[in-house]
Amino acid sequence: MNALLAVPLLVPLCGAAVTLLLRRTPRSQRITGTTTLSVVVVAAALLLWHTRDGTIATAQAGAWEAPLGITLVADPTSALLLLVSSVVLLIVLLYAIGQDIGGLSRATPQVFHPVYLVLTAGVNLSFLAGDLFNLFVGFEVMLTASYALITQAPTRARVRASMIYTTVSLTSSILFLTGIALVYALTGTVNLADVSDKLDAAPPALRMVLALLFLVVFGIKAAVVPMHFWLPDSYPVALTRISAIFAALLTKVAVYAVIRTQTLLFARDDTSAVLAVIAVVTMIVGILGALVQSDINRIMSFALVSHIGFMLFGLALGTVAGLAGAVVYLVHHIVVQATLFLVNGLIRQYVGHTSLTDIRGLTAVSPALAVFFFLPALSLAGLPPLSGFVAKVALFQAGVDAGGLLAWAGLAAGVLTSLLTLIAIFRVWTRAFWGTPRPDVLEAREQLRSGANRGGLRIMTATTGAMVAVGVAVALAAGPLTEVGFTAAEGLLDGRAYVTAVLGEGAR
Amino acid sequence: MNAPSLLLVAAVAVLYSSGFYLLLQRSLMRVVFGILILGHAANLSLLVTDTAITLPPLLGGEPGQQLSDPLPHAMALTAIVITFGVTTFLLALAYRVWLDDENDEVPDDLEDRRISRLKEPEDSS
Repeated sequence: MNALLAVPLLVPLCGAAVTLLLRRTPRSQRITGTTTLSVVVVAAALLLWHTRDGTIATAQAGAWEAPLGITLVADPTSALLLLVSSVVLLIVLLYAIGQDIGGLSRATPQVFHPVYLVLTAGVNLSFLAGDLFNLFVGFEVMLTASYALITQAPTRARVRASMIYTTVSLTSSILFLTGIALVYALTGTVNLADVSDKLDAAPPALRMVLALLFLVVFGIKAAVVPMHFWLPDSYPVALTRISAIFAALLTKVAVYAVIRTQTLLFARDDTSAVLAVIAVVTMIVGILGALVQSDINRIMSFALVSHIGFMLFGLALGTVAGLAGAVVYLVHHIVVQATLFLVNGLIRQYVGHTSLTDIRGLTAVSPALAVFFFLPALSLAGLPPLSGFVAKVALFQAGVDAGGLLAWAGLAAGVLTSLLTLIAIFRVWTRAFWGTPRPDVLEAREQLRSGANRGGLRIMTATTGAMVAVGVAVALAAGPLTEVGFTAAEGLLDGRAYVTAVLGEGAR
Repeated sequence: MNAPSLLLVAAVAVLYSSGFYLLLQRSLMRVVFGILILGHAANLSLLVTDTAITLPPLLGGEPGQQLSDPLPHAMALTAIVITFGVTTFLLALAYRVWLDDENDEVPDDLEDRRISRLKEPEDSS
């Protein structure tokens, strides 16, 4: 088990080094990238298989016993998220490769491949980290890679946006470091299991302050209202393949960190009221933002902010069912957001931009594109039988079971947000997809389809289709997925099992 | 145990407040300096957690004497490397912005600009 836990972390880092050496031969760079991510997918699948019954796999680096050494931990939650994110990373890489083959992107592939693999390592380390400082390092590896990615093909707007993005992320990282210092001062350890053990004895007021500090730290990174302003300004400006992976993964890693810290370290009623209020505000403010935007990428960015609220709502409920709903929602949301941004990339390829004021008749331009947009968009709004419906039903069911004023407020906000999401989507649909396309767009399409880059366009369309298929598969596998979600949620709430798994039976 | 000196704690407080003050400025150079100072503040607060900070680290102590805690030092070192790397990146970005625009002021938020455009006709009437 030991070796398997290190694979999602070390293989991408080695892959990054190899792709950096191979920068003069794009072909071998692509092969290395794809192979690396395929290995990670297999390792993640094996990990999920191993932990599916709630087993917690641990690895102590260099055989230094916890809490002294570096600990990697995989429980069902992290294994599930690891699998989904590595599948998404693989598909987006294939999409990017298609774009590069077709010569349809202004990205620098020599830089893109190594940095993309470093980002993968950072995401995976964040999921597997067994101590706070490694979580910090995982975040930094991921974010530093994302700083480099967001400035790919630097235009004026992109440099401006990445400046804001970098500054905001760095500020939250510094607060994270401060939080680590405070935790260390209070408990004398940074190992998550050990901290969880020792925080029990800490004064409740101090614990509350720490819980809120970590909520702010990860709230900034997860773009939770009112700390979301940076996201809609920076994500839509980046290259589409990059905003796809950002939208799918970066905020979700932060949500995972919120769930992990709030359940394991502060597993009390300290913050659930705060969380519930934040969840409601995030849902409503985010979706209201989406309704008034006129650029598809910006609409999707605001919808992304809004739907973070659903996962926080599941966490705020604090029940097994609520957390299971949050985990299922995470899986659904990672896939759907990635698909929608890939579709936006295809739209940009056909029309040249994603501003609603100047797009019509996309259905006539490419029927496949219309289907690829329609399915995940409806899934985002939560229409049956798509994956969004499954996730929302799980959450709403948990909310009804939990009862209480805050739960009902969350439910009302959730239903309202789903309806408003539907309106936002139909605005895009009627404006961009109905009507007759402009003649020059049709001409450009013919050129695109008959020119030398049609192979690349085909790969892009096929990979987007694959991502839609993954989304449908999530809906089809709703039964087993919910089962794993419940196992994961039970594991999250059972801090004792986590502590025992990491520190051994001898722990208090 | 030796408690961290009040001076050190005061230094951390001053660094945090001046760092955040600079971070809220318009000029990107000041923002970079703000980040730099905030990085120092976080590193220093890591060191403050060491309750035996006045004791020698590893060498220079008497045999059998307690040493200062190495872990905060290790964490601070890692954090210094990270903030150093990202600060150079930020400097490069700020320089690029300055090359493009001849100034390094952060512009108004896109939404703010849209709202103020909406408001303008009323003002003129």
